[in-house]
Amino acid sequence: MSITPVTPKPVKTNRIGLQILDYRGGKTTLCAGCGHNSISERITEAFYEMGIQPERVMKMSGIGCSSKSPAYFMSRSFSFNSVHGRMPSVATGALLANKTMRSIGVSGDGDTASIGMGQFVHLMRRNVPMIYIIEDNGVYGLTKGQFSATADIGSKLKTGVVNDLPAIDICALAIQLGATFVGRSFSGDKKQLSTMLKAALSHQGTVLLDVISPCVTFNDHEGSTRSYKYMQEHGDAVSEVGFVPYFDDIAVDYDQDTTVDVQLHDGSHMRLRKLHEGYDPTNKSHAVQMLMDVHDKGEVLTGVFYVDTQKADFSTLLNMVDEPLATLPESRTRPGREVLAEIMEAHL
Amino acid sequence: MTTSQLLAQGQPASELVGKGQHIVNDFSIQIATVNGSGSQSANSVLLRSIFRMGVPVSGKNLFPSNIAGLPTWYTIRVSKHGWVARKTDIDVLIAMNSESAGDDVMALAPGAVVIYDESLKLNEVRDDVTYYAVPFDQLAATTGADAKLRKLIKNMVYVGVAANLLAIDMAKVEATVRKQFAKKVKAAELNLNAVRVGYDYAASTLSKQDPYRVEPMSATEGKIIIDGNSAAAMGAMFAGVTVVAWYPITPSSSVVENLIDYMKRYRVEKDGKASFAIVQAEDELAAIGMVLGAGWAGARSMTASSGPGISLMAEFAGLGYYAELPGVIFDVQRTGPSTGLPTRTSQADLTFVAGLSHGDTKHVILLPGSVKECFEFSIDAFDLAEQLQTPIFVLSDLDLGMNNWMSEPFQYPEKPIDRGKVLDAKQLTELGGFGRYKDVDGDGIPYRTLPGTDHPAAAYFTRGSGHNEKALYSERPEDYENNMLRLAHKFETAATMVPKPVLAGTGHEKVGIIAYGTSHFAVVESRDQLDRECDIATDYIRVRAYPFTQELRDFVATHDRIYVVEQNRDAQMLNLMKVDLDAAEVVKLHSVLHFNGLPIDARSITSVIATQEGACK
Repeated sequence: MSITPVTPKPVKTNRIGLQILDYRGGKTTLCAGCGHNSISERITEAFYEMGIQPERVMKMSGIGCSSKSPAYFMSRSFSFNSVHGRMPSVATGALLANKTMRSIGVSGDGDTASIGMGQFVHLMRRNVPMIYIIEDNGVYGLTKGQFSATADIGSKLKTGVVNDLPAIDICALAIQLGATFVGRSFSGDKKQLSTMLKAALSHQGTVLLDVISPCVTFNDHEGSTRSYKYMQEHGDAVSEVGFVPYFDDIAVDYDQDTTVDVQLHDGSHMRLRKLHEGYDPTNKSHAVQMLMDVHDKGEVLTGVFYVDTQKADFSTLLNMVDEPLATLPESRTRPGREVLAEIMEAHL
Repeated sequence: MTTSQLLAQGQPASELVGKGQHIVNDFSIQIATVNGSGSQSANSVLLRSIFRMGVPVSGKNLFPSNIAGLPTWYTIRVSKHGWVARKTDIDVLIAMNSESAGDDVMALAPGAVVIYDESLKLNEVRDDVTYYAVPFDQLAATTGADAKLRKLIKNMVYVGVAANLLAIDMAKVEATVRKQFAKKVKAAELNLNAVRVGYDYAASTLSKQDPYRVEPMSATEGKIIIDGNSAAAMGAMFAGVTVVAWYPITPSSSVVENLIDYMKRYRVEKDGKASFAIVQAEDELAAIGMVLGAGWAGARSMTASSGPGISLMAEFAGLGYYAELPGVIFDVQRTGPSTGLPTRTSQADLTFVAGLSHGDTKHVILLPGSVKECFEFSIDAFDLAEQLQTPIFVLSDLDLGMNNWMSEPFQYPEKPIDRGKVLDAKQLTELGGFGRYKDVDGDGIPYRTLPGTDHPAAAYFTRGSGHNEKALYSERPEDYENNMLRLAHKFETAATMVPKPVLAGTGHEKVGIIAYGTSHFAVVESRDQLDRECDIATDYIRVRAYPFTQELRDFVATHDRIYVVEQNRDAQMLNLMKVDLDAAEVVKLHSVLHFNGLPIDARSITSVIATQEGACK
């Protein structure tokens, strides 16, 4: 046996000098093979690769297996695991307090499409600047496998129970309501999900990513439409998602006939190569039509369905001062004596 | 506010009135109209004109849960003694509503006065009251106002009639109208003209047959008139509120509506940008969610609501308590349960709010008893929320929030804003990290950091699930128990920080009265009645916050019989006190309850206490 001298590998860092370790979270307590863990991995990578300071990030969630996952990535970010279905309001409030923070919310299909529907639709409508991820497995995991409202009609539980109600198409809903970046991915599609997450980080407005994330314990069997096998067989990408970050000084050629180029808010470019006939991610009604059309075919469309870089996000609409409201000094939040005197005079 | 402050300076506490004598500055006026008829400005002119004459007044609007077409009554109490609680007897009725007129007249005591629209023929209803018939429609027509405006102008005509009959100084009326319509000169003239038409009609046609009249005093100089919701809104602005999320609900909406006006005027910076965010949420769940999210991220945040909205907030209130999130919640109470009487007053949210949430929960509650305290406690609430890192509830009620009250002008807050225990990056470096839920100072209040604090050890995981001192998930029995005990200890600390009760009386009487909120005004008047009419001297403690403070326990310990006055059916304050007091003390407590939706009046209190105490003349 010969000994080769080992030169220590240089520590790999990102553009702000942090290692991937700086973006890691706690050890997952979810089931081995759970799709959610892969999503946590992709989130970690995306923030690392985009060079985002972890302390500038708020991780928001509701209740459920998915909502636990913010504990498993980016421990140096500020995290808020709130109450069931109510993450949207908490996330909105936090962003009002500090609009300079980035916000990523992780929810589930139950947390969003059932108990949380009321708040979800209003978050979309307001175009609150955050990334909202639904880890969508079609079942309630923590309560042992009941159907959720995104389960497809005709899909079967392990116990043999068949779902006889139609699924809520979260993406179609989000587009209609006013979200400005809407897509679907699959926890098993490393490349697509990573690219979409990085593009999401460059967008200013509500990003809704419905990520099919199989539940290995309760919904990965024959007859399920949220299993790894089903997604491998029925997943159908509407476009190939490419991303050129603003800090990469590389000109990548693309074919304007087959590819839609979207310049995002930070100067990055998202390149969407059409895989579907007539694909147009800038057309709202077309995007909804495309999603509705496949409902009966058993196909699961993935990719970026809709993007609008023009609509003002909620923070902009509120016309707040540039600094975070949270840390404004007293001199800017407490009016002077003359103001009280003026109001008192009016009531004399 | 103490009793003596409420009493008009230099006035006798009572004055007997014989037949044929004038009754000066001691009566009530009720204006019966249809809601939506625009009588509010006219009623306000009447109230403020008397106020400008230096005479103490209070105004109460009794209105239906409806936009237009149902009966509404506005009552003005004129009291040289400074009594501002509701007076049950009406002395002067201005009957403008044909629907309710018959009943309104029948409800009067003999000798009362009725000013009515001629067409209603009310003089046929009974003959033991004094009638003044006025052809309001014809008079409104002579003002020259176009047909559309006549309905509104008619209201100003009754102001003129009342001014003449009750000897209200027309110069004060004119000044009031001009101030009220300061920005609309034309409207001011139109209204003033209508007032004069009414005044002249009464002067030339009606002959005074009743004893009621207003005479100038000097008891209101320097005072303001304002409603509690405006005062609370003003307090929030001076507290430095930055994030407001709300869902409209009567009777709390005007807290935020007033706040929006103030903030647009005084908190928009030179470049046109707002140092605040106000969001109308999709429901109260979202409103409180935004408040707590904002509080967590470092904003001074608030919402305002009432019973049904507070019910929806229960889930988040528990999160706020357990995850230790600051936020201010104004509960302007109306009657419940359920929809209840949405436009009537009550103090029946107290026990619900005190423990709002499932699980062991205790909330800090401030209980303003005047418009001035609405302002002051609003400011205190924001400091307390951040100092204690917990939701602070401010329990007002419809009577305080929506009615007009006299007050000393509010004082500018001298204490600088206190943001509580927040660690910055520099402190984290010195400390080498922190435990989010660790009781470092022994007061149960931990340290927190704000999202965005630029230090690798700044972040922590906020959760409504079990957690240890490091904010890590924990189901360990000792972690749960320690955390809950610390929260209980924090609540004891809160008792040392909340507004202390206000005491009145010698302190040596056998009979004590405990009250809070708007019951105060009826209590001070009742104490005077008990003293004069029944020779019952009382001591009085007005509770201003929960948790209770030592002063309350001392008060109970040093009195033989104690009457707890409150505006709910279930003796909620008394029940909360039972939890805190020794069993031997509890037996001393008796309830005086008022819960018909109307503001409590002095007579109701006096009669219960007088009966229980035995003799009274």
